[in-house]
Amino acid sequence: MDFREKQAIYLQIAEYVCDQILLKHWQCGNKILSIRDLAVMMEVNPNTVQRAYDFLQQREIITNKRGIGYFADDDAVNRVVSFRKEQFIENELPLFFRNIYLLNVPIEDISVRYKSFINQNFKDNKDEK
Amino acid sequence: MIQFNNLSFGYSRKRLLYKNLTLSIENGSIYGLLGKNGAGKSTLLKNMVGTLFPLEGTISINGKEPKSRKPSFLQTIYYIAEDVFVPPVTIKQYERLFAPFYPLFNKESFYKYLLELEVSIDGKLNKLSFGQQKKFVIAFALACNTEVLLMDEPTNGLDIPSKAQFRKLIASVMNEDRIIFMSTHQIRDLENMIDKVMIVDDGNLLLHSSITTIAEKLCFKTVTSPPIGVKVLYTEKMLRGTSVVIENINGEDSALNLEHLFNGVTENPAMAKQLFPLN
Repeated sequence: MDFREKQAIYLQIAEYVCDQILLKHWQCGNKILSIRDLAVMMEVNPNTVQRAYDFLQQREIITNKRGIGYFADDDAVNRVVSFRKEQFIENELPLFFRNIYLLNVPIEDISVRYKSFINQNFKDNKDEK
Repeated sequence: MIQFNNLSFGYSRKRLLYKNLTLSIENGSIYGLLGKNGAGKSTLLKNMVGTLFPLEGTISINGKEPKSRKPSFLQTIYYIAEDVFVPPVTIKQYERLFAPFYPLFNKESFYKYLLELEVSIDGKLNKLSFGQQKKFVIAFALACNTEVLLMDEPTNGLDIPSKAQFRKLIASVMNEDRIIFMSTHQIRDLENMIDKVMIVDDGNLLLHSSITTIAEKLCFKTVTSPPIGVKVLYTEKMLRGTSVVIENINGEDSALNLEHLFNGVTENPAMAKQLFPLN
């Protein structure tokens, strides 16, 4: 696995775990890879995976059942979504706002474009949302 | 735990390399010892394993003194030198000869590691290529299950897939009782394996810190112009701007760049000591 610049490695590992949960590769309520197995797979120090798991545990995305291992929380998907939303609003939205301000794009335009984007790309999911 | 107490060492008494070095190395971590050529990395490792003796001061490894070279100590430590030496025997003969010195040696793991590192077990060891010999020694050392594992430039001579396999093996054998201590200047090979960093230069310990603490105190990023008003440890012009290592005043969680850290600390040791007080 190649690590991007900027973001700390433990956060990238946490993001990988979140992806596995959102993609349903790791199901809610099921056991997930042990710290050692994930460290071997990613070729990182087990202490770094431990830190990522501590981070996810704090956000109640995974839970540690003593002596058995780590599990994806029953409500993991929702928690990942709200955690990602929080990060998006904190990190990416300000950049986006800065750009539309600098380029003088009215927010109404954005709203129209957003609607047509959803129509084009996520037609099938529209009923669910 | 490994404890250095006021260690002084020099190849001659007139010219000391290390002067009054005091530090402790904790169990459960993978240490990366970084330094330029001739900085004294191998010397430090040899003092730890008892092939060189301190001129003054002491080293204690889990309560034992390396320089007395007692079997009870030697069976708890394994040292892989940069240039490995193997006798003209087969792997099976080697195992029969040397494994009995290590009470926790695990034969099954040994052959598993050899398989994972793709070392063929036929033929005499001295006929193997350097890389194959090195991988053989790594497999043997890991199978010995010693409390302390010292490695001098372990990735030198390994091909690209073997380096990845080496990292996987290290991750799989690490546990909270062990100390793995590696010297390297191939920083990129081991960047994500190390969780404690030591930087030495000319016999001076310039930095001794955990990756977590380094990331708390320093921020690694690429900027369009170097910031003003914060401590700047290192800058390097890149295509996209300037890569900087600066004081982390906004609590950013950036990924470490050990190469930049190393350059910054060796070019600017006074600032490094200020940011990371020793002892």
